[in-house]
Amino acid sequence: MAEKVTKRYKPRPDPVVIYKKWCKACGICVELCPKKVFDTDRDGYPVVARGLDCTQCSICWIHCPDFAITSKEI
Amino acid sequence: MTDVSVPKLIQGNQACSYGAIAAGCRFFAGYPITPSTEIAETMALELPKYGGKFIQMEDEIASISAIIGASIAGSKAMTATSGPGFSLMQENLGYAYMAEVPCVVINVMRGGPSTGLPTKVSQADVMQANWGAHGDYYPIVLSPSSVSECFDITVRAFNLSERYRCPVIILSDEVIGHMREMVSLPDFSSVEMIERQRPNVPPEWYKHFLITHDFTSPMASFGEGYRFHLTGLTHDEFGLPTSDNIEIAKKLGKLKLKIERHLSDISQVNTYKIEDAHIVILAYGSVARAARQAVLLSRKKRFKAGLFQPITLWPFPDRQLRQISRKADLIVVAELNQGQIINEVRRVCKSHSKVVGLNRYDGELITPEQILEKIKEEHR
Amino acid sequence: MQKSDVTHQYLRHTMEFPNVWCPGCGIGIVLGAFIRAVDRLHISKDDLALVSGIGCTARIPAYVDFNTLHTTHGRPIAFATGVKLANPKLKVVVISGDGDILAIGGNHFIHACRRNIDITVVVVNNYIYGMTGGQYSPTTPMGKRASTAPYLTVEPPFDTCNLAISSGATFVARSTVYHATQLSSLIEKALVKKGFSVVEAMSNCHTQYGRLNREGTAVRMIQAFKNVAVPVSTAAKLSPEKLEGKIVIGVLHDIERPEYIEHYQKIIDRLQLPKMADKEEKE
Ligand SMILES: Cc1ncc(C[n+]2csc(CCOP(=O)(O)OP(=O)(O)O)c2C)c(N)n1
Ligand code: SF4
Ligand code: SF4
Ligand code: SF4
Repeated sequence: MAEKVTKRYKPRPDPVVIYKKWCKACGICVELCPKKVFDTDRDGYPVVARGLDCTQCSICWIHCPDFAITSKEI
Repeated sequence: MTDVSVPKLIQGNQACSYGAIAAGCRFFAGYPITPSTEIAETMALELPKYGGKFIQMEDEIASISAIIGASIAGSKAMTATSGPGFSLMQENLGYAYMAEVPCVVINVMRGGPSTGLPTKVSQADVMQANWGAHGDYYPIVLSPSSVSECFDITVRAFNLSERYRCPVIILSDEVIGHMREMVSLPDFSSVEMIERQRPNVPPEWYKHFLITHDFTSPMASFGEGYRFHLTGLTHDEFGLPTSDNIEIAKKLGKLKLKIERHLSDISQVNTYKIEDAHIVILAYGSVARAARQAVLLSRKKRFKAGLFQPITLWPFPDRQLRQISRKADLIVVAELNQGQIINEVRRVCKSHSKVVGLNRYDGELITPEQILEKIKEEHR
Repeated sequence: MQKSDVTHQYLRHTMEFPNVWCPGCGIGIVLGAFIRAVDRLHISKDDLALVSGIGCTARIPAYVDFNTLHTTHGRPIAFATGVKLANPKLKVVVISGDGDILAIGGNHFIHACRRNIDITVVVVNNYIYGMTGGQYSPTTPMGKRASTAPYLTVEPPFDTCNLAISSGATFVARSTVYHATQLSSLIEKALVKKGFSVVEAMSNCHTQYGRLNREGTAVRMIQAFKNVAVPVSTAAKLSPEKLEGKIVIGVLHDIERPEYIEHYQKIIDRLQLPKMADKEEKE
């Protein structure tokens, strides 16, 4: 372990989960997330990059036309 | 409530309405059109007395849509119209064949094409009743020739449509619809009623289009706990759209087989003095009445004539006609059009009998004398 | 707070997923909003009938586990009328496109409004015929390009909500796929309303309308709704000129009027009374 792991950065599951099989890489969640939680991978699929910033505001999953996002927390 | 105990003077159209109610019809949607309007008027008057509902829709397309919807929700349903309205209904009639929804459609035929002759008689929609909607389907079409037959045939139409899960068309005509006769209607509770087969499996196993040994599937209604999908798209046994060629062939084959395998139940013909007849008059609807007279007239002139009246126009009663036509050297097909059902008769009998048409398409009826003349002309 | 995966409990998992719609199509967002509204009201799946016509939007019912009916082009409201009359206990919802409801089905729409029959209609308005490839619809604004308007449209559009209000609907509301939370709560209100209720859901068809009119990607079109949407309360203070090109969102109309089936049931009850009296006499 090279980096210092503080309590705040304790690894935990992603706050939102993308079900890639249903996702069509439309980019809606990436753009609409107020906290910019997602980045896109090479094929345009969203990946959770800044999970800790997520406020569970629900914007991403209610705007996902493909029901491909679920939240771990609620 | 109608008092059924005493004979009454009623119209063919009214008899259709009473027949429907007796058969358990509890929903009617329609749009006024001569000469069918009395059916709607009678339904508007009578249905609420039996706890049923009548609605006048904004057009015939809406009318047939509404009765299909009502049938899906579990009601026996009917609409009535005439030529122009029947044309408007074709797309959704096709939907009902595809989605296998029981319902009854009465077409009281008037002169066409187009607005044609609203108040005059015709039998020109016979082919439309068979081929009116697009696609490959096999309809059941019945034709009454008297007021009491209007009652009986409407009951039968409901029974067939429930039994085979398909629309049944009644081709009445202006004369039959408006004609008044004394009839004593049977007690409605004594009328034989066939109900659609209900599923006897738990909802998880339910297939709305299950292929059974007799090709008709048990049918649940909306709101009963069997949540199914209905679509006009070609679908699999669950009702979900499919483009799999095996599923497509299975589905379309079923539509044909469920009718074809039950011809003996569906086909119905009336005959009159046919046993020893060498001359057969083939007529249906209002013309069958004149034909009956013509049989008697002919026999007075020593022509051994008999009447063959198909009650079931489609599927055409091939077997029955072939049987009786073996003895016949002349078949006169009398109809109020320029020759429609005659093509079926030729197909069945051409090899062994002479088939001639007697056609009238001027808005007037064929008379018994005209039929006799035709027989004299053609019989040598 | 509703769970994020509540929609999954209502999807028909025998269907193939992902769904048929183009990536980013707003139809899926409307479906999500609808499901959440149904879930909040605790309507049992067995008690809801979802009816649609033909079009991209009309593919919705196949994907959800209700009593679902995919009818012919333009006719869902007429089918729904039959379903509702035959079984008034069912909650009957029509969901279909602007072309389906307002062009070929326009006559059924205004007459259902007039009758005030207890049905909810969700019109997904994407300004275009999506499924057939971008032909102009009765809601396409003036001066827009469509595959059948290569020289730009010269027909003024319908305002779905005004049409519904003037035809007699008792609850009329509008929202957009950007405002998906509001859309869901408006659908919820419409479902609760006893009478004919209409919700217009403004949606994006970037594949056809967006492409032809250079309005960009799905995301850009959805975000654009944020800028053109004006809440009813604000709109009331704006002049008609200022409202040009804007979309007024919120509840536009909510009145009470006798409902058709209740009315008709009274006739049935009245006519059945003598029969019941008869029976009692005999007993
Ligand atoms: C009677 C009939 N005419 C035309 C069509 C072809 N058609 C299919 S979908 C459609 C337009 C649908 O547009 P809209 O209702 O706006 O739905 P969207 O696809 O935009 O969701 C048309 C014209 C048809 N299926 N049936
Ligand atoms: S909104 Fe849904 S479909 Fe679109 S990129 Fe995000 S997860 Fe994928
Ligand atoms: S819940 Fe909100 S903050 Fe969290 S990822 Fe989704 S949109 Fe972003
Ligand atoms: S064509 Fe338009 S309306 Fe149809 S699925 Fe694609 S984006 Fe949606």
